[in-house]
Amino acid sequence: MKISRKGFLQIGGLSLLAVAGKTAIAELLGKGEGETPSPPGAAAATRWAMVVDSAKCLEKDGCTDCINACNKAHNVPVINDPLHEVKWIWKEPFENALPSQESAYTEAKFRGKPVMVFCNHCDNPPCARVCPTKATWKREDGIVMMDWHRCIGCRYCVAACPYGSRSFNWVDPRPYVAELNPDFPTRTKGVVEKCTFCEERLYKGQAPVCVEACPEKALVFGNLADPKSEVRQLLESHYTIRRRPELGTQPDVFYLV
Amino acid sequence: MRDRGVIYTGLLIFLGLITFPVWHDLAAGTTSRGPEPILPAQEKQCVAPLGYMRTSHMNLLMDWRETVVRRDAHSFKAFNGKTYTMSLTGTCLTGCHTNKADFCDRCHNYAGVSVYCWDCHVDPKLARRSAK
Repeated sequence: MKISRKGFLQIGGLSLLAVAGKTAIAELLGKGEGETPSPPGAAAATRWAMVVDSAKCLEKDGCTDCINACNKAHNVPVINDPLHEVKWIWKEPFENALPSQESAYTEAKFRGKPVMVFCNHCDNPPCARVCPTKATWKREDGIVMMDWHRCIGCRYCVAACPYGSRSFNWVDPRPYVAELNPDFPTRTKGVVEKCTFCEERLYKGQAPVCVEACPEKALVFGNLADPKSEVRQLLESHYTIRRRPELGTQPDVFYLV
Repeated sequence: MRDRGVIYTGLLIFLGLITFPVWHDLAAGTTSRGPEPILPAQEKQCVAPLGYMRTSHMNLLMDWRETVVRRDAHSFKAFNGKTYTMSLTGTCLTGCHTNKADFCDRCHNYAGVSVYCWDCHVDPKLARRSAK
């Protein structure tokens, strides 16, 4: 078959039109391809969060039950040297823990008083973003998890965390663990560690040890994705604040004041 | 050839020194001895067939580690249909190999393979002793 120059151009033009028109028509008739609607239930079914009732926490003066329980359960070394100390859950003066609430006229009951602080398990965790080995990452259920096998001790996460929730093991922590708990590993020198919301207990359906240990029930743990959960009820009915919300890290730990 | 005596004596001493490890081990009777790990008395079947565990237990443990830490899955369906909790100290050391020194360490010392598992993971036996 012989094809003329004119015929060739006509066929070429029509083909181009057909290809371009196909997407345009599909677009006009409604979303043909591209966006696929997410299946029902795809939204995270679990979002772990904690509500700390600061006033309740202060009821028993000098109480360290949650700290002791956590240290014991996770073989957290107790090192008194502030340069080497390792902390999972600890006390921070009100003004330091919640600096946006600080003023010269802070309510007397909170002025200089300790607030329990730990890893905020941020929705937008800067520590996970900077980790070069993915040794720390954000789990589907909201926990900022650590894989100590993978940590190379670069300490980028320590620098990135605006809450000081991460501790580096400058020395071998084992001699500083009073009583070794064989159910949980210790860490080794050169590894960063922090609170993991007791993920080793959550899968068994148990609450974190600090929550269980608190005699005042000042720590409330639950699922943010469940509207009927205790944390959601508390957040709906009370005014809560988070640590340094202006940084955009979206902490999953809320404080009742 | 007046130095023949000196040369042969020197050679003999040299050969004796260089083969010393062989004589030493022959005298101690350790040459034919294997690592002889002590198998658990109460349990006859491991989580995988013996041959696989012998050659690839490290791969299985690495798999367990990745699955538990990174994928938050904790139960392991064994080849024989049994289900185990994936835990080095909780399942392996507590359930069967209650004496790490007589099982893990014997082979590892024999083969000269040092592992860093125990830098962090706690031998339950040691923990119990330190608690006393």
